[in-house]
Amino acid sequence: MSILKTSRRKFLKSLAFGSAAVGAAILGILPAIKGWIRKMRPPGALNEPDFLASCIKCGQCVQVCPVDAIKLSDLTDGIGVGTPYISARDQACDFSCDGLQCVLACPTGALTHEINYAHEAEMAVAKVVALSGCLAIKGEGFKGLARGADFDGKLRYNEIDRWHPIPLNEHPYDLESCDLCVTHCPIEIRYAQCEAGNPPSGEERQCPPEHAIRMKPLEEYGDHFFMPEILDGCVGCGVCEMICPVDPPVIVMEAYPGSGRVL
Amino acid sequence: MSLLSQSLGQLFGKKPTKPDPSEFSEEALRIHEEHRQRRSKSEIQAIHEAREAQAKNTFWRRRRWGILISVNLFFVASSVLHINALEGALTGSRFVGFHMADLNSALQVMLAFKQILINLLIGTITIALIWWLLGGRTFCAWVCPYHLLAEWAEILHLKLKAKGWAMDIKFERGTRTWLWLIFAVLAFISSYTVYETISPTGILSRALIYGPGLALIWVALILLFEIFFSRRAWCRYACPIGLTYGLVGATSPMKVQYHLDDCFHDGACRQVCLVPHALEITKPQRATEAHVDIGADCTRCGRCVEVCPTQSLTFEFKGLSKTK
Repeated sequence: MSILKTSRRKFLKSLAFGSAAVGAAILGILPAIKGWIRKMRPPGALNEPDFLASCIKCGQCVQVCPVDAIKLSDLTDGIGVGTPYISARDQACDFSCDGLQCVLACPTGALTHEINYAHEAEMAVAKVVALSGCLAIKGEGFKGLARGADFDGKLRYNEIDRWHPIPLNEHPYDLESCDLCVTHCPIEIRYAQCEAGNPPSGEERQCPPEHAIRMKPLEEYGDHFFMPEILDGCVGCGVCEMICPVDPPVIVMEAYPGSGRVL
Repeated sequence: MSLLSQSLGQLFGKKPTKPDPSEFSEEALRIHEEHRQRRSKSEIQAIHEAREAQAKNTFWRRRRWGILISVNLFFVASSVLHINALEGALTGSRFVGFHMADLNSALQVMLAFKQILINLLIGTITIALIWWLLGGRTFCAWVCPYHLLAEWAEILHLKLKAKGWAMDIKFERGTRTWLWLIFAVLAFISSYTVYETISPTGILSRALIYGPGLALIWVALILLFEIFFSRRAWCRYACPIGLTYGLVGATSPMKVQYHLDDCFHDGACRQVCLVPHALEITKPQRATEAHVDIGADCTRCGRCVEVCPTQSLTFEFKGLSKTK
């Protein structure tokens, strides 16, 4: 009887121990399952449920990114511990690796190997949300550092160094009319290169088929008033959100919906 | 019962059983009989002295910790210095361009995603072959960063327990088998790699390489639980990674081997062992052969090898080392 009792107690303790482990694991993934939080994923990411199923959480995409745009999520981020995301305002993906290095690095295909070029990515939906703050719509120019001296984000400037991105705070601007979001758009840069007959790496396939953003003239206000307009070629890389010198930024990236699926 | 089925049974949580008298080889019977007779007081005295001296031996532990720390620092150095030698983390990595994938993480992804990319398959097979060759759970003792922290926690636990400030709750060892199954089924039906959320191995590896995060609180909680309530609880009763590697190593040529003839059955090995059930064979009247391989749950950590006062346990690599 006492042996039975002891073994029953041991069984119950083991049940409690095992349940605690399973419970903690489910609790940890619950915010991701419920899709309570949405974050931008790296280029090539599968739709959120497939992405969460296939990401092995190794961070190889983090290591190859030349601008350190990709971060790994923590317990409190609620999008699956150790999965990669991009916080565009802090550091957007400017495709300065040209070859989609994160996609190539992914061992499981969570970042699908089916895309090869910047214009094939679908990372987020760019939305113009704070138009009243936009310098261009007020007809203003911009002088100085886009994000201040303390900002540690980087961008690649073809004309400065084709191979190495430089810190934004080492690159002051003096613009008559602010059009940073358009001139820094990686898709627009490629589009212009192709139009000039000089596609990136000499590859026609690098050429985006459509424009991603433009400054729309507001002639009714006068000849130096503009507003940014997102076009069909936008891939949601977030450079416009990152470079926008006003706070809050005029354009923000809206991540694709989380799964919202339970089992 | 064959050695392999015994070894697997123990891995899944079965209690080791006393062998049937018919199972003993003649040689083993002879040695057991000798052991019963030869113990004079002076002999036992000598063994006790040797045991005390040997208990402080950390020959293998020092080397093992050196390798464990080196492997993990190699990941860190590769990332920090951008030398691209060993990219990624323990869950998935690339060694000079060659894919490697942790077996349990790969299994979780395959079950959840239900598609297998060739890179992942290559990485999984590579790692399975490497750890089959090196002993399976060798991964636990020689690479897993949680194992190292758990060993430090264990040293503290034993000190506290000696003072009566900590207890050692024993759970059913089969709990780990159930958790392995539950996490496999959960990955399959939910399409989420559920176990990865709480895997201290993955959390620690990523924390080392990509910087610490709040997920470390979970790791600290498990360690505290082990220190105050249950010795080595995670590795003993929970971790599905350990079971996966145990299965891979079940037929490995790399073994710790027990030599009955030299053994005085004083049990020093079982006291230091993470999986003492695997060393039940060292009790009197248990070994059915003169030389017996320790089972699949063994992490090849070498603690028993270094503390045994009579060198009755040794590392053996089948085909390379001469069996005594």
